[in-house]
Amino acid sequence: MTGRYHAPFAEHGSHAVDADIADRLLRIALEKGGDYADLFFEYSVSGSYVYDEQILKSARRAVSMGLGVRVMKGDATGYAYCEDFSFDAMKRAAKTAAQIAAGGQPLAPLAVSMRDAPNRYPVSVESLDVDGEAKKAILERADRAARASDSRVVRVDASFAESAREVLIANSLGHMARDRQPLIRFGIHVIAEDAGNRQSGSSGGGGRMGLEYFDGQTPEWHAEQAVKQALVMLDAREAPAGEMDVVLAPGDSGILLHEAVGHGLEADFNRKKTSNYSGRVGEEVASALCTVVDDASLEGSRGSINVDDEGQLPTRSVLIEDGVLKGYMQDRHSADFFGTTPDGHGRRQSFRSHPMPRMTNTMLLGGQDAPEDIIRSVSRGVYAKKFGGGQVDIANGDFVFSLTEGYLIEDGKVTAPLKGVNLIGNGPDAMRNVVMLGHDFEVSDGIWTCGKEGQSVPVGVGCPTIKIASMTVGGTQVAGG
Amino acid sequence: MSNAEEEAKALVDLGRSVMERAIEGGADVAEAGVHSGSHLSVKVRMSEPELVEEAGSRALGLRVMVGQRVASTYTSDLSEAGQRTLIEDALELARLSESDEFAGPPDPSELSSPTQWADLDTFDEGVSEISADEALSRAQHGERAAFDFDPRITNSEGASFTRARGVSALVTSGGFAGSDYGTYASLVVNPVADDEGGKKRSGYHWSASRHYADLEDSQAVGEEAARRTIAQLGAKKLPTQELPVIFDKDAARSILGLFAGCVLGSSIWRKSSYLVDRVGTRVASDLVDIVDDPLLPRAPGSRAFDGEGLLCRRNVVVEGGVLKTYLMDTYSARKLGQTSTGSASRSPAGGISPSTSNLILKANAQSRDELIAETKHGLYVTSMMGFGFNAVTGDFSRGASGFLIQNGELSDPVSEVTISLNLDQLLQRIDAVADDLDQRTAIASPTFRVSSMTLAGS
Repeated sequence: MTGRYHAPFAEHGSHAVDADIADRLLRIALEKGGDYADLFFEYSVSGSYVYDEQILKSARRAVSMGLGVRVMKGDATGYAYCEDFSFDAMKRAAKTAAQIAAGGQPLAPLAVSMRDAPNRYPVSVESLDVDGEAKKAILERADRAARASDSRVVRVDASFAESAREVLIANSLGHMARDRQPLIRFGIHVIAEDAGNRQSGSSGGGGRMGLEYFDGQTPEWHAEQAVKQALVMLDAREAPAGEMDVVLAPGDSGILLHEAVGHGLEADFNRKKTSNYSGRVGEEVASALCTVVDDASLEGSRGSINVDDEGQLPTRSVLIEDGVLKGYMQDRHSADFFGTTPDGHGRRQSFRSHPMPRMTNTMLLGGQDAPEDIIRSVSRGVYAKKFGGGQVDIANGDFVFSLTEGYLIEDGKVTAPLKGVNLIGNGPDAMRNVVMLGHDFEVSDGIWTCGKEGQSVPVGVGCPTIKIASMTVGGTQVAGG
Repeated sequence: MSNAEEEAKALVDLGRSVMERAIEGGADVAEAGVHSGSHLSVKVRMSEPELVEEAGSRALGLRVMVGQRVASTYTSDLSEAGQRTLIEDALELARLSESDEFAGPPDPSELSSPTQWADLDTFDEGVSEISADEALSRAQHGERAAFDFDPRITNSEGASFTRARGVSALVTSGGFAGSDYGTYASLVVNPVADDEGGKKRSGYHWSASRHYADLEDSQAVGEEAARRTIAQLGAKKLPTQELPVIFDKDAARSILGLFAGCVLGSSIWRKSSYLVDRVGTRVASDLVDIVDDPLLPRAPGSRAFDGEGLLCRRNVVVEGGVLKTYLMDTYSARKLGQTSTGSASRSPAGGISPSTSNLILKANAQSRDELIAETKHGLYVTSMMGFGFNAVTGDFSRGASGFLIQNGELSDPVSEVTISLNLDQLLQRIDAVADDLDQRTAIASPTFRVSSMTLAGS
């Protein structure tokens, strides 16, 4: 092993955890009569660098580690954690979690053995192990490029974040698995000013990779994108308000799908019958053009994982095929309920939280249409290029998205940039209104983080150019007066 | 001495030792923050326990300066090896950083001392004593109250009860040492009803308090959650139009939250706020007074000293619609050529930035019902969705749901529409403020009305 930061519970660590220790803790966890128990060991190191006003203004590093113990009895979960790996502390956590099942008969866990996991992020040198000067140089390059590109650029800040998360999971069914998950994220934000008008622009990316990311997407390229966006927005006009056709750009727009469809297909909401997709497997829930998958296996993508946070090995799940709902994303709890096998969607923010069904890389696959033809088919509408974020009400599928870069489409041509555009709609309605799909499928660069019940996890999204017939655009200009 | 006081003393000792070691290691300035907390969270669903979680945690945050080069580190590993890495990493990173002429601790003469700190009554030993059984029974009671309230409540996302206790300490090489402790209890009920067309409506209500005795009765929380859920049944879009909009106190608070981000000194010097160069000018209608008050007893955002050790004070931010000051820490005050307003907040990870404490839009004399009654045609907003706000320009557009107001009364429920207006204009168009302010949240506002906004719908 090279590198500076390693988990104490790893093979040669100060508190190495082997099958024997896992077995002893699992026995304690089940001694009150739980049906299932798992141990989640986590060690996570993160760093961040902020380049602002032409200096490296702040540098940070954080170490967080602990063990989360979960015990299940029927639908009830007992959860406890500790932050040091002394056997006494771990035993206390196991005993606390065990209480959920008070009064039952103890169950012996099955003997644990290590599972072989694939490697979807083969990184030769992790960013955390590279000298800080190299990261400073990347930020400096971005800053310089943005400032040099246009005199209207009045402020630039660039940031770089890196982390490595090492996990070891053992459960009472005898599975044990480990993973080390590297992640980087770069971002640049600029403000341009012209005649008292001020606008911002940004660009960013990254994934489960090392600094070789910048060989493909250079800091200069990101700087150019951010500046271009801010300058375009200086000329932006008020957006129209009302229903019209919307064309979504490839890649980033996948976030709309993540919100509008993805969350509703997480199995916990369907177990509880609180999703508008509950009980609809086999039904047509989208236009026949749509096939939606959640794929944890994309090499180097921000949402990819080798092992989920319950020790399962995720692959590619088909959620919707040719418009028909095929299945939900399962964790262990929901899979038991639906009588199926967990498919690797059990994720959690950290050892301080219990897992739940979550997305990895959620994608709407490409279609047959040329992107130019899609735009040409719209007489009046909006072209959505970059998204700021969105939110969905799982119970009924209603969603809202805000654009950070959007344009008017007039007579089949992309024309004026628009300010402050929101797209509002309903997931199933929008999916039924998908009328054209481009052959230009793209995976978004790694910037997205998904929040659910207060837990954040990194995710990926992807899609081709999409035309949705009739969506509500929330601007300020009421057409026809 | 109470348990919390003893614990606070131990955290101050740990902080002092880390701070001193960082100075010995070569830091010119060192500031150590130590946090310790414990919580119990339970969730029930359809009357059955779904989750019982109990844990405690501790963490150390260190911020150092070598010359005027700044770095910060954080760890949850309090072992000797963990502390050593924390200190070594901070010093290494500080040498990588570049000199920032505005960086530096506050002048020692500005630091506060224990005799100056107000007793804000934020700690209740009774909260720490709530058992898992009691927590489960309060959550079950709340959920049952929602089901009993109306037969149209057919499902539930569950009800959760949480109690938490936190102790923290700050020790700086400039000579400040202080500690703070608080408790918090909350109950949330989240019922679900079936609507037409296979849609479901999920609504919620919650109560939270520093003292257990101040927590709203479970029955009342459950009933209000049910009332809110049922009220949305049959919600429809409205045609696109311009109309007056009343924001109920939850929605109004969320508008005030956007303003809060724009009034921080850090947003101003970064030019990331539409309020740059606006002190002394009109930023809201003359009905609007906004104060940031960290000294309210038992309030969620109360604090006696700020994240740099300065004495906290009440700041009048907007008076009669005119912006009086930004909220600043030492760094942003230096950037803006002013003095700190005692608004520094230190994150557990060691970073410092200005923040609001209890930011309050002051209540007026009218009741909420009077506001509705004098509105002939309008929209009454109860919740908003999405992130459609650009702080640099103030452009605002978010999804909204609530009710149509017809002839001075709430009528049909509304959803799937957006409301848009630049925040600067929105606040200047406030033509009525109600009297229904409560102190449940650190950012709080009564119901208010905006004379005209754009609604985008069908």
